[in-house]
This record gives sequence, C-alpha cells and structure tokens, in this order.
Amino acid sequence: MVRVEDLSKSFGLVKAVDNITFEVKRGEILGLLGPNGAGKTTTLRLISGYLRPDSGNIVVAEKDALANTEPVREIIGYLSEYNPIYHDMLVFDYLHYIAEMRDILPAQRTQRVREMVTTCGLKDAVAKKIGELSKGNRQRVGLAQAMLHDPEYLILDEPTAGLDPNQIIEIRDLIKRLGQKKTVILSSHILSEVEATCDRVIIIHQGKVVADGNPKELQKQSVDETRVYLKIAAGKGSQVLETLKTLANVNEVEITEDESQEIKGYLVHSNHDIDLRPDIFSLAQKKGWILYEMHREVVSLESVFRRLTTAN
Amino acid sequence: MPQTVEQAKQAEPTGLLATAALAWRRIAGQAKKELYSYFYSPIAYVVMVIYLAFAGWFFFSRFFLFGQIDMRMYFGTAPLLLMFLAPAITMRLLSEEVNTGSYEMLMTLPLTTTQMLLGKFLAAFVFLAITIGVTLSYPLTIATLGPLDWGPVIGGYVGLLILGAAYLSIGLFTSAITQNQIVAFILGFAICFLLFLVDKILMLVPGFLVGIFQYLGVEYHTMNFSRGVIDSKDLVYFASILIITFMGTRLVLERRK
Repeated sequence: MVRVEDLSKSFGLVKAVDNITFEVKRGEILGLLGPNGAGKTTTLRLISGYLRPDSGNIVVAEKDALANTEPVREIIGYLSEYNPIYHDMLVFDYLHYIAEMRDILPAQRTQRVREMVTTCGLKDAVAKKIGELSKGNRQRVGLAQAMLHDPEYLILDEPTAGLDPNQIIEIRDLIKRLGQKKTVILSSHILSEVEATCDRVIIIHQGKVVADGNPKELQKQSVDETRVYLKIAAGKGSQVLETLKTLANVNEVEITEDESQEIKGYLVHSNHDIDLRPDIFSLAQKKGWILYEMHREVVSLESVFRRLTTAN
Repeated sequence: MPQTVEQAKQAEPTGLLATAALAWRRIAGQAKKELYSYFYSPIAYVVMVIYLAFAGWFFFSRFFLFGQIDMRMYFGTAPLLLMFLAPAITMRLLSEEVNTGSYEMLMTLPLTTTQMLLGKFLAAFVFLAITIGVTLSYPLTIATLGPLDWGPVIGGYVGLLILGAAYLSIGLFTSAITQNQIVAFILGFAICFLLFLVDKILMLVPGFLVGIFQYLGVEYHTMNFSRGVIDSKDLVYFASILIITFMGTRLVLERRK
C-alpha cells in the first residue's frame, strides 16, 4: 500500500505538487495522467525518495517513507523518465552492479541478472555498451534494473515513452503481468495507455488531483452530454439541419462532414442523458431521408482529460 | 520467483556489526562501480599518463644533474602535480551523474548520500593511490644505485596520499556544486592553488594574521612529510579539510533534494 497525504513540493516559485492526497492499494496499477508539467514526475520522484517534499506524508507498506528512506527504497523499483544510465557500462555489468547494490547475494547475482535479461528480452544486448543500445532496449535495461530485486512496489515514469508500437504492447503486457502481484504506479500522458493498463487513474493538473477513479467511472462522471452522429442522404432543399434542431432535447446540430451534395454527416448534441436515436430514426422515416449511419458517441477518457485539464 | 529472490537477498541486519557490514557493502559496491568506470573510460588513463610523464620528467631531469640518491626532488614537485591530478580524478564523479540524470537512479538505490559519497571518494582515492604507487619505481630504481634513506621516502609517500585525499575531497565538493566537469575541474584546481598560495603572500598580510595564513598554507604542512615527519598538527590540518569539504558536499546534495 502506498499512501500520499497532503504532499506539496515547490521549485522556487513554481508549485510542482500542490497538496496531493491519494492511496494505492496492494496489487493495484495506478496511472497518473496529466499534461506535460502537471507534476506527475515530481510526484513519482517524491514517492521514490529522490526528492523530499516541502510538506506532507508518504507511507509505503505502513512505513513512513520520509523517516525510513533506505528501507523504503529497498522495496521500491524505480524507472525514471529519461532513464539515464551509464553509457560506458556494459548491460551485464550495469545489472550486476545494481544486483550488488540491491543486496542480492554474490552467488545469486549472475543467475538473477540472467532471469531479468530473459524477462525483459535483452538477450542480444547483454554484452553491448548501454550507450550503443536503441531507445527501446535502453528502456528495457531500465525496467530490468527496476525489477531486479523483485520489489513489492514499482514506480515507472512514462515507461513506454519513445518505444515503437510493438514494444509498447510488450511493455504494457509486462506491466499488466507484474500488476497481478505487485503494486504499480506509472505516469503517462497517453490516454489509451492508461486506459489499457491501469485499474485506476488519477488525473493531475497544475499540481493538483482533479479526478480519481477507474477509467469507466471517470467516463461516466463526465457524461453530462450525449452526442449522436448520423449520416443522412436527403433531397436538395430539404432542411435537415433545421428539422433536426426542432426535435425535443436537442441543443445543437452541426454538419461535420460533406460527402456530397446530398449525403452529409451531422452531429446532434443534447444536454440530457437521453438516447436520441429513436426520435431521430422516426423523424428520418417521416421525412423520407436515407440513413447511412447512426451511432451514439461515447465520451472518451480523452474528452474527460481535456475538459479537466484545459480549465483556467 | 518471489521466494527465490527473497532467499537470494542478504539477511536484514541485526545489531551494530551487521549494520556496519551492510553500510560497508554498499560503500564498497559503489566504489567498485566507480573504479570500473575509471578503467572503462579513456580520461583516467590520460590523466594517469600525464601525471606520470610530468612526475618522471621533473624527477629524473634533475636527479642526474645533482647526482644524489634522494627522493626530495619528487616530494617537492608531486604536491604541485596533485593540484591537477586530484581534481581531474574527481571532476566527473558527481557533476556527470547530475548532468546526465543518472544521479536520480543512483539516489533511488538503497544507499544513503554519505555512503554514496564515501564510495565515490574511496574509488577516487584508490585510483590516486595506484597512480602514485607507480612512482614507487623511482625509489626502487635509485636504491640500486646507492644507499637510500627509506624513512623520508615512506613518510613522503604517506604524506602525498594524505595530501591527495584532501585534494580529492575538495575536487568532490566542486564536482557537486556544478553540472559541468570542466568547471568542476577548474574550481577544484583553483581551491587547491589557493591553499598553495596562501602562505606565499605573507608579506602582504597584517602581522597578527601571519600565523593563521601560514597555518592555512598547504606547503607548510607537506614540508614535514617530505622530511619523513608526520606531525599531528599536520594531520589535524588535512583532516579538517577532508571533513569540511565532505560535509559541504553532503550539504550541497541534500539541499538539492
């Protein structure tokens, strides 16, 4: 369990993290979401023990992380955002060094390093200098480093940044697999990633928590609008736009697509949580319009995110 | 898998001795990695070779001129060379970590700032000792030419190591206050040079300060070493430099958190 209470951290005049409180349960994968500069990295750095907060508490596994920095670091694995590692070192030597610093017995080190190399798919890179690795492999070295001591808690700052789509899926699967047994906190500004991997999402904006819940909940919370997209073919001079506007509960209609003179796409907005489709269908039937397409638009996490993080 | 890793880890320390052993393992682990980095990067070899070339030249060019079986010449010039060597050894130790950001990873490993600094210092000291150790070939060579008084030689070498440790600690400090290796080197050299100069300007100093300035000067203390004398007064001086700069380094890093 990780609990963060009233955490604040300023750099000069900038409040990077402003009174953040949240809790991560054991075995949960938590995603910190927010635009660049929202305070995600600072939050993770505070939990990992790299930075000290100005005020607030951090509790990791019932231990006060600020008073027991070293014992808490022992049970945390951390992957930092740019994943900077010693470019001169060979992958194997680097992981060996980490194994030593992580108190793995000398006799077991090589064995453990081998295991991690296999898990992270680094077999071909193990005898290379870290500086010569591709971005994806470097990221894997970072992950191997974070998991080497089999920590209870994994803190991953943008674990998939800079990877290609295949690698992203691999890393996501790896994180999901790990998340079954471990507590994972990861940050991202990619929404689909958080939706795909996390049990819970916290949206951070300007150093504050602006939303907290599982992705589904968050989507529901923000449904104060329904949208229906339809594509209609109607004869010339038929006033589709105007007619749609006269429907009950419709606030706004816009043309979003101009396929041809007859076929056009419309977006119908309503402020009520009402399904407009039956009304639209019967209207179209009455007027003799040909309905090419009609679907209700789901409010994505993306729009939740946008709404919450573009305010002020 | 978790069970095997749990077993693979060293037991949690109980008692003072075990805690000290754990601390030492971490310091030694860090030092090992730094030494590895030294010998994996060309800078270390360049620095070492330059030191040895200059030390050898300064020593042997005059050795044959005077024709004396004596190491005093070496112990006279080595402190000057150390002013360059020590900051060159330490310049990248912290500045580079902070500059590339690897410092972040380092400080999420379970070791305290003090342990980390001690590890780095230890590695720098071992590297320095190896470099200076190579010059042991001088006394060994000239001892074959005639009788050599080993007392001052041993005293001289111990003195060089003590002086080198103080300079390294200064270099580590300047490496902490900047992210640029070159700046760290120049600042480190400047501070060492200042300590060298301070008792050379005694005639410009008001009378009541002369004693203090003289005591602050580094040569005032190394003079005894090259005579083979290790005085507690000198040890206190170098220990003060070590402790003050080490605490300063620690403070700089802790403040940055």
